[in-house]
Amino acid sequence: MELLTFKSGVHPPHGKHYTENKQIEEYLPKGDIVIPMSQHIGAPAEPTVKKGDRVLVGQKIGEAKGFVSANVHASVSGTVKNVVPVTLFNGAKSTAVIIENDGQYEEIPTEKKDYSKLSNEEILNTIKEAGIVGMGGATFPTHVKLAPPPDKKIEFIIVNAAECEPYLTCDHRMMLEKTNEIIEGLKIILKLFPNAKGYIGIEDNKMNAIQAMQEAVKNIANIEVAAVKTKYPQGAEKQLIYAITKREVPSGGLPADAGCIVQNVDTVYEIYNAVVNGKPLTSRVVTVTGDAVKEPRNIRFKIGTSVRELVDFAGGFSEEPLKVISGGPMMGMAMYSLDVPATKGTSGILCLTKSAAEIGEESNCISCGKCLQVCPMNLMPTKIATAAALNNFEMFNEFNGRDCIECGCCSFICPAKRHLLQRIRTGKKAVSKKK
Amino acid sequence: MSETTMYTVSSSPHIRAKDTTQSIMRDVIIGLLPAAIAGVYFFKLKALLVILVSVISCVASEYIWQKAAKQKNTTGDLSAVVTGLLLAFCLPASVPLWIPVIGGIFAIIIVKQFFGGIGQNIMNPALAARAFLLASWPVLMTTWTLDGVTTATPLAILKGKEVTGAVAPSLMNVFIGHVGGSIGETSALALLIGGAYLLYKHVIDWRIPVTFIGTTFVITAIVGRAPNPFYELFTGGLMLGAIFMATDYATSPITPKGKIIFGVGCGVLTSIIRILGGYPEGVCYSIIIMNLFVPLIERWTTPKIFGKVK
Repeated sequence: MELLTFKSGVHPPHGKHYTENKQIEEYLPKGDIVIPMSQHIGAPAEPTVKKGDRVLVGQKIGEAKGFVSANVHASVSGTVKNVVPVTLFNGAKSTAVIIENDGQYEEIPTEKKDYSKLSNEEILNTIKEAGIVGMGGATFPTHVKLAPPPDKKIEFIIVNAAECEPYLTCDHRMMLEKTNEIIEGLKIILKLFPNAKGYIGIEDNKMNAIQAMQEAVKNIANIEVAAVKTKYPQGAEKQLIYAITKREVPSGGLPADAGCIVQNVDTVYEIYNAVVNGKPLTSRVVTVTGDAVKEPRNIRFKIGTSVRELVDFAGGFSEEPLKVISGGPMMGMAMYSLDVPATKGTSGILCLTKSAAEIGEESNCISCGKCLQVCPMNLMPTKIATAAALNNFEMFNEFNGRDCIECGCCSFICPAKRHLLQRIRTGKKAVSKKK
Repeated sequence: MSETTMYTVSSSPHIRAKDTTQSIMRDVIIGLLPAAIAGVYFFKLKALLVILVSVISCVASEYIWQKAAKQKNTTGDLSAVVTGLLLAFCLPASVPLWIPVIGGIFAIIIVKQFFGGIGQNIMNPALAARAFLLASWPVLMTTWTLDGVTTATPLAILKGKEVTGAVAPSLMNVFIGHVGGSIGETSALALLIGGAYLLYKHVIDWRIPVTFIGTTFVITAIVGRAPNPFYELFTGGLMLGAIFMATDYATSPITPKGKIIFGVGCGVLTSIIRILGGYPEGVCYSIIIMNLFVPLIERWTTPKIFGKVK
């Protein structure tokens, strides 16, 4: 089987052995559910319930506000305890609806549909109403991504099942356990883009998933499984598009400019769930893992469950971690507390001990050039980081700092342990403010 | 679980590769060991003393300077040890021991620390120190002994600088290293073994050594001074320079195309100095001259970024 790939990148130790063979377990929350109005890129939703209201599973409790925004739904049934600002896992503040769980899980009535009878507008509207956002972690509203400007000809729909971040296995397990549902979801997207070909990009460290998917699509003409080499960041959309189609997304552009739309495999599952079963996004799978956790597992949780409860469900800590990370170790965000809600974008809760996550002190750049060798965007990270540190915006733009995808390969490989990505990120923010 | 546990909240990525500056320098030292052993084998105890004094001088200079300048002590990263070894390899075994002492001080304090320490120097410290020593004490720096007898380097014989009657050593001897020359430069075999190790460990990139040696090979083969085209590759400081000196991170381009331009430039200058210049050996000067071009070369060879529209 031919393996596709992209240039550069790094090979961090994959850490997937903790959970890759563990079936997804459903977790019912014990405490209050805290559902933030901002779990996505774009404007936060506007709460549509107030203190004292009774809500049911799947009921809309937040209305999308603006073009790039998403609806938010209750994931449990119960009484709204409060509608107040809370601090999220990344330190930002957002209004949230706090629900006292009555343990009944009473759902709003939903109906199954035959999507071959629905118009494209109806399908997109269903996806919009269901509050589906990119589940890879970026949380971009899906109905916006699936409605590119009419002048962009879409030739490829790529399902991103690379899951290149170490430790995370939620996408892997979904492919093994919800194989046919995912294929149906892809077929729904292909109905919106009838001239496009569907590819499912899977890294070769998930051979059983590749085989399961290949078996499921073997009689479908316009869907193919693309096995890609295991390398970080293969799951970065520009790199995945290049590996599968050999096209480069133009600098400053989007995948639609290269004729592609990329969707995470969990998002595709949710599309199926919304269009076929009529159910909005109210739960997702997270991998709770890391060397500090007693019983790492893959957990399907109700949106708004506290991170602390999920860690407890995984046996709690065997050793006090140095960091608790939302997402993977390369691009995830370190959390300041366990008492934050897990949301639509929480794909991993990674608890790393000191020996796994301690980095050591930064020293002088020795100009070894390793950061250039690994950068998947072919940039010169050491120069960009220097420009950012010196607040030299001309130099920052001269070295194309804005093209950085923040994958972290440069900081990972740097022998002097320089905080390259941190400086580049700060530079990007400063440059975008300056405009 | 403690309610008041403080988790570290720092930027991604949260994991790092195992390599450190120190581990890279350690690999370079291992790569230099075969040449060190060859040098001591051919040039005896005196060579070992020069090597030790040079390394001690470099490490001590760095330690004392950083203490005096109230800077963090970085001698633990082993880069001063590498400079000490490389400097010793550039010296004849017969030099008085105060030569490597002065050379070490010059290399570390003036060429490296004055410019900002590791990664910031504009010229290879060992080579710049050698050039300084050569200009200041030319006789001491060009007196070569082998097996107890004063001898000439093979390149000097090729250039005809020695009295007639001096016979150029055989190809086998120049390859193994049983010829007159600096402590670490004579054994092409030992240097190639060390170079292979560094390539395997991804410490050096193939571009500079291959283009440097390749360019020199082509030019000197065309001119044809020597009985065999490989002769000029194994003589002089070419192997030492191309594998260990020109590849020094701080003073060579970080861009892949830049490395090729740099290697070709070094090869051209080496050949010109060897053939047309007054001095029999060109590697040392060619490298430090090309070092000065590195910022410009990097500018010319910025890689094409992913997705850039022409």
